[in-house]
Amino acid sequence: MERIKSAAQLAGLQKKLLKAQDPKRPVVRVCLGPGCLAQGAAMVSQAFKSTIKAKKLRAKVQPLIKETGCHGFCSQGTLVSLSPADLFYVRVKPEDVEEIVEASLVKGQVVERLLYSDNGARYKSAAEIPFYKMQQKIILKNVGIIDPLKIDDALMAGAYQSFAKALTQMSPEDIINTVSLSGLRGRGGGGFPTGRKWRRAADIARENPGPVYIIGNGEEGDPGAFMDRAIMEGDPHAVLEGMIIGAYALGANKGFLYVRHEYPIAIRHLSIAIEQARSLGLLGQNILGTGFDFDLQINRGAGAYVCGEETAIIASLEGRVGEPITRPPYPAQQGLWNRPTIINNVETWANVPHIIDKGAKWYTDLGVPYSTGTKIFSLVGKVKNSGLVEVPMGVTLGRIVEEIGGGVPGQERFKAVQTGGPSGGIIPYEFKDLPPADMKPARVGLSAPVPISELKKLPVDFDSMAQTGSIMGGGGMIVMDNRDCVVDVARYFLRFLQEESCGKCLPCRLGLKGMQEFLDKFSRGQGSVEDIDELKSLAQAVGDGSLCGLGGTAPNPVLTSIRYFRDEYLAHIKDHKCPAGVCKDLIIYRVDPKTCNGCTLCVRNCPQDCISGRKKKPHTINNAACIRCGACMDVCPVGAVIVE
Amino acid sequence: MKATTLEIDDILERYPKQPQHLISLLQDVQAEYKYISPEHLALICDHVGVPLTQAWAVATFYKSFSLEPRGEHEIKVCLGTTCHLKGGGRLVEACERDLAVARGHTTEDLRFTLDTVKCVGACALAPVVMIDEDYLGAASIPSLQKRLEKL
Repeated sequence: MERIKSAAQLAGLQKKLLKAQDPKRPVVRVCLGPGCLAQGAAMVSQAFKSTIKAKKLRAKVQPLIKETGCHGFCSQGTLVSLSPADLFYVRVKPEDVEEIVEASLVKGQVVERLLYSDNGARYKSAAEIPFYKMQQKIILKNVGIIDPLKIDDALMAGAYQSFAKALTQMSPEDIINTVSLSGLRGRGGGGFPTGRKWRRAADIARENPGPVYIIGNGEEGDPGAFMDRAIMEGDPHAVLEGMIIGAYALGANKGFLYVRHEYPIAIRHLSIAIEQARSLGLLGQNILGTGFDFDLQINRGAGAYVCGEETAIIASLEGRVGEPITRPPYPAQQGLWNRPTIINNVETWANVPHIIDKGAKWYTDLGVPYSTGTKIFSLVGKVKNSGLVEVPMGVTLGRIVEEIGGGVPGQERFKAVQTGGPSGGIIPYEFKDLPPADMKPARVGLSAPVPISELKKLPVDFDSMAQTGSIMGGGGMIVMDNRDCVVDVARYFLRFLQEESCGKCLPCRLGLKGMQEFLDKFSRGQGSVEDIDELKSLAQAVGDGSLCGLGGTAPNPVLTSIRYFRDEYLAHIKDHKCPAGVCKDLIIYRVDPKTCNGCTLCVRNCPQDCISGRKKKPHTINNAACIRCGACMDVCPVGAVIVE
Repeated sequence: MKATTLEIDDILERYPKQPQHLISLLQDVQAEYKYISPEHLALICDHVGVPLTQAWAVATFYKSFSLEPRGEHEIKVCLGTTCHLKGGGRLVEACERDLAVARGHTTEDLRFTLDTVKCVGACALAPVVMIDEDYLGAASIPSLQKRLEKL
């Protein structure tokens, strides 16, 4: 590829690519996002290629098969969309491909059975489906549309236009001002104003000349969140473009993308994108003839949750153990190799080109005051429609869970929503008042609290979420129903954090262990009411005394669950019962004799051989020998195994 | 499985002799040999110029490094929040029973390594199990057993 030497040449290339495109050419987009991959999307894509080849369609209608990033509607995968016919097929299996090719590509017909249907309505186009209709895709605009491995595709979708504008029409000062005015806040969880962080680094670099570094944080460690993965895999150039603009604004010549090793596809797509940008001259020396030099490298995370923390990332990049250090000095003052360093989450970086393109005013109009723009959430758990959702900040939680998510299947309402991963909290469907002063959110919000009494009405923005004792965090949103136990979830997060604690500071290292012991006791139906208060005070000490965010926010799941679900704790401790039927020591498995058809599947699959019963006769479980592994429940074809 | 194994020197030469490349080198050696042997650890230290204690600290701190040989197949049961809620824990226990190996360990015949991971980012398909590079979505004990039998 020829190096691009000016903004005009880049614009010319974009124009040329668009002109060469045939708008009538059929395009089949197969989603290869994480959800669809887990349902065999790679085989679907392969089937399209081989069917088209076998039928010699290539010459006749010339369909283009694009393997794209995440379409978002993961629970309906594998997703396939067809343009220009604007058809959207769900749950596509390799064996459906021939029919799609025959009917839709050759004859222009619709395969009705593969359309998404809900409540009796069938939807031909994705845009009509309630799940998509209520979203506003800005950051995810190209994810699922473009082929992430082709820079031409990204360029045709408008990639690198903001970059050219920033480098040739704006001064670094203009860019920092625009980002500040846009109100953009860190999407990784902290919610710190991005412009303010940049300003600090720029000021320090001016007083103390020398290298400045920028880092893209793709160590998406929060369980239940995968929006960063979707951006990196589906539109890697958006991250690169944001980072190059940031580098220009801050005078950085070197950048790092720190991506967790559990995301090999993201690493691959980003590496290819960097190579492509380099060969076009969008990275390297004298970019667009402006005299600005910048290059990027990828560093793979090595499997440490704490490395999502910015000082730990720096330690890791320097080749050390990922232990956080006390702030201040902040990385913006003294970061990588003691130089000013700006670390932003990859979703934050992907916001930058849009702000440069359309301006700060446009961006602030998108959200609510103090939480501007859109945010991507991963809506998962016990919800009907799960997947990735991008909405403007300030949309209510009820709208996300009930309208976009379609609520909990078979239940009138959800029990709770867990947000912000291990640093966040568990917020119930209903709460009577705001949390007391002793529950400090991780970071005190910037706007004044507004009283709300129902989770449904809770606006999803940084500050409203913080009021509940949880945080918005990276955007993980896990819907819980009546079969989920809050004691178990709190215990789960504590175990998670305890395993991931780097062990440097005492409150986190020993405090979390102490907290876990309380939760272990409760889950066995032991402990006393006083223990709950002890746990609360220990949790507060851990939060106050820990060095970094991992320990600092660790109390949130525990404190919110005690605050909102005290009755459930009491049921464990006093009545020795787990109302949700989860805590192993407090439940028994039973076969419902009325439902059981005596198929003996459970008898054959029980690892303890503790189920007895003859063919066509109801079976029984010997609870003394049962280890509550759930194998019988998994194999039972009629749902006769119940938990009590 | 790859037929040939790269020489350690070829891997070392990918990186300049600077301490910052310690982790990348460990990752490459891990990827190639599936573990980091004491000899390789010493060679890496010499190359990037860090004391063995530092390399040891790094190799034991980060979860993706193994100082023992790994199995031919790696089974990673996801224990992210959604997978936990949907029964990921039961799947690990089932693997432990079926393969007679504790999580984090490798079977004696070096066939399987059983591990848990904290979210592979495929939450909508929970519970998820990764078998080598493939995902098994909406996994259950029977579907997982079936899959393992095929290996």
